[in-house]
Amino acid sequence: MPLNRSRLAMRALPFIAGFFVALASPLASASVFNPETFMLDNGMQVVVVPNHRVPVVTHMVWYRVGSADEATNESGIAHFLEHLMFKGTKKRKNGEFSEIVARNGGRENAFTSTDFTAYHQTIAVDRLELVMEMEADRMTNLVITPDQVEPERQVVLEERRSRVENEPGSILREHLNATLFMSHPYRNPVIGWKHDIEGLDIDRILAFYKRWYAPNNAILVVAGDITAEKLRPLAEKYYGIIPRQLDTVRQRAKEPPQLAERRVTLRDKRVRQPSWRRIYLAPGLLWGESNHTYPLELLSNIVGSGASSRFYKSLVIEQKIAVAAGVHYSGDNRGPGRFVVYASPRPGVDMETLEAAVLKEIDTLQSDGVSEDELDRAKTRLLSEAIYARDSLSGGARVIGSALATGLTIDDVEKWPDRISAVTRDAVNEAAKAIFNTQQSVTGLLLPEEKS
Amino acid sequence: MKYNSLKSTQIVFSLILVGLIAITSQPAQAITAQQVTSPGGLNAWFVPDNTNPILTIKFAFRGGAALDPAGKEGLSNVVSGLLDEGAGNIDSQTFQQTLNDLSIGLSFDSGRDEFSGQLTTLTRNQETAFDLLRLALTEPRFDAEPVERIRSQIMVRLKRNLEAPHAIASRTLFKTLYPDHVYGRPSDGTLETVEKLTTEDFREFVKKRLAKDNLIIGVVGDITAEELGIRLDQLFGALPDTAASWTVADVDPVDKGQTIVIERDIPQSSILVAQKGLMRPDPDFYAAFVMNHMFGGGSFTSRLYAEIREKRGLVYSVGTGLYPFDHSALILGSAGTANERAHETLSVLKTEWEKMAADGVTQNELDDAKTFLTGSYPLRFSSSGRIASMLVGMQVANLSVDYMQKRNSFIEAVSLDDINRVAKRILISENLVTVVVGKPDGITSTN
Repeated sequence: MPLNRSRLAMRALPFIAGFFVALASPLASASVFNPETFMLDNGMQVVVVPNHRVPVVTHMVWYRVGSADEATNESGIAHFLEHLMFKGTKKRKNGEFSEIVARNGGRENAFTSTDFTAYHQTIAVDRLELVMEMEADRMTNLVITPDQVEPERQVVLEERRSRVENEPGSILREHLNATLFMSHPYRNPVIGWKHDIEGLDIDRILAFYKRWYAPNNAILVVAGDITAEKLRPLAEKYYGIIPRQLDTVRQRAKEPPQLAERRVTLRDKRVRQPSWRRIYLAPGLLWGESNHTYPLELLSNIVGSGASSRFYKSLVIEQKIAVAAGVHYSGDNRGPGRFVVYASPRPGVDMETLEAAVLKEIDTLQSDGVSEDELDRAKTRLLSEAIYARDSLSGGARVIGSALATGLTIDDVEKWPDRISAVTRDAVNEAAKAIFNTQQSVTGLLLPEEKS
Repeated sequence: MKYNSLKSTQIVFSLILVGLIAITSQPAQAITAQQVTSPGGLNAWFVPDNTNPILTIKFAFRGGAALDPAGKEGLSNVVSGLLDEGAGNIDSQTFQQTLNDLSIGLSFDSGRDEFSGQLTTLTRNQETAFDLLRLALTEPRFDAEPVERIRSQIMVRLKRNLEAPHAIASRTLFKTLYPDHVYGRPSDGTLETVEKLTTEDFREFVKKRLAKDNLIIGVVGDITAEELGIRLDQLFGALPDTAASWTVADVDPVDKGQTIVIERDIPQSSILVAQKGLMRPDPDFYAAFVMNHMFGGGSFTSRLYAEIREKRGLVYSVGTGLYPFDHSALILGSAGTANERAHETLSVLKTEWEKMAADGVTQNELDDAKTFLTGSYPLRFSSSGRIASMLVGMQVANLSVDYMQKRNSFIEAVSLDDINRVAKRILISENLVTVVVGKPDGITSTN
């Protein structure tokens, strides 16, 4: 899950959740967003996603760096830096960036994930140049001082408290990731471990910034009332003048063969409703048996997405064992993906019964496979999502930006409908046989404290 | 920090210039709403948009959870989970399967003052989508299986909320502010009340509360006004003409400076504060809206953000919001901070509350706030769903159909005197009701 610079006080940020649903089932049809793209001389890629409903644009700069690119003992540095990017530059005093965006009627934020970091503003198209100038400025001119870093460290620690430490479910999730990935850096939380956040010093943060923030490691995506023809001179003027740096290599620890099933149990007196989940290490477009990726997207939709999916029907409606049951799959990471099966018991159902019932569903799925009819319906559903995806101003920018920053291509986004359409029943059934390998999984139980 | 190079001064100058342009020339409004009246007399506010083959219909029935009968709290909420679980001769599973296969979004939601819903469909599937919505509103089945399933899901959520810090704080706050009024009850009900709700209750709800005379509709998408008129009758024409009559009394919150600490063994204290705010028709409402933006509403530029997060690093999120209900109003602030720093956070919050009331703001601060609030207004029109919500929200608040054209002029009309008067009028720190959930050092409950 990406972290935001700020959870706006009184407002939920549903688009983040929507964004990941969108990524998990990327959005498409013949082609999806019809973006235009070009490259600046310094190696910065530029993408334009037209949407002319209102004279407004979303301007995003994506860096090909996320928490999984952090060195040992500096977990959280990518996210901490993201917070500090709102301090001053050589030209601008602390806080001025946000003041100027606001004074011009713009909204802004930033977020960090395992594979990318992004900064964005939404603003009237006649103010686009202004935010381009400021965003280009902070790509290389950031100035941070200890008297800014220390309060911001406390802000990040508070963010960690509210996202993780106050929530037993989040504490368990951290433990599950740290157990599923034995060596790969996805084992570390994006926000960082508390002791690492406490120990990050200004020199390391600036070294991280200098290493990763460069035009040839960045992607500019502008969505809205704009064309590539109009954007190009502005992109050249503001971003094109920033000197290219040495190319960086995203070297990450590799995951060794996984040979043992793992289980993690969290008992906490705050838990009023137990839950069960199993996370399987999964291939994705850029990791492992990538040919399984599209079949797994369809498989997860058939068995675990929504109130008419197989698992929900069987476990929640027919057997009345669970109040919730489903599946998530993410195959668009730079590193290993995750195929998550989850369920939460109805009152009076014990966890062993629940687990046995879920595993039986998986067995049936593996032995009988999915039907041609199930597959066709799932394809229609996923392809319809593409049309909805075009409706939102910034949705396309987010999907394309995250794809590019992760290491995928515009083609991967635009040809997604074709690739989904081409998946055969055999391919889905093969993927189903391959994915549920218990040796490459961790099972997590969230339980109330035992009554003594 | 100071500006210390000529270059930066030039940039700042040019930006101020841009700001001035923003004040004098309003960005053109790209969205115009129109009223459509059906042959049968139903009204909807409508924004046509044929960019994509999508149609979004939002609607609300006035009278929400506030009307749930005593002892049946949570009724609206449970019904909102049941209307898409089978209707007419379509059982729950077929209903859900059809929505899912055709990618039709149909959902219902219960708020304090309205019961609302949304239909989103690709135009190629609209016939089915319209049928399902009409059936859901007029012939819901409430079969035993879905009733028990949805009830158990809601009870799980209620159980979780018994331990979720923010939910505890919010429940306690409303109970304290409205001890003798329906607004003080938990809108989603309690384990006890939800357990006891019957199919008879659900049927009563549909019969009494979903009618034409309390219905509000907003539509965005690929349809003509003429066709929409006909479709409105198809969708909503079978509803009863009138809802059962109701009264909810106007009420002032009981805000007498109470502090309530709910002890929980968690590292971060969840803090909520509130007092009486202004209702939507109040002549000072826009002044309060602009004042709140400068005080705690603006995300990265508010005073509370600057003092509590930026300067002191006390919180990740802090802010205030106006809550104009139909029968009362609040200004509500929230913050989350480590237990050890809860006392400091709360005292800075209260100091800022006092400072704003005593000293008000400067003309510069007001000018900046206005350029943000007017300039960012078009940013809200970022998707069909958001526009449709605004169309419904405008009608709920009894605004005019051309409100989107006028709204910025209401903001512009707010003067410095208005702001400073309204700050004094509503920010009365000694009256604040404070709820803290956690183990806050140095904060104790008042009696």
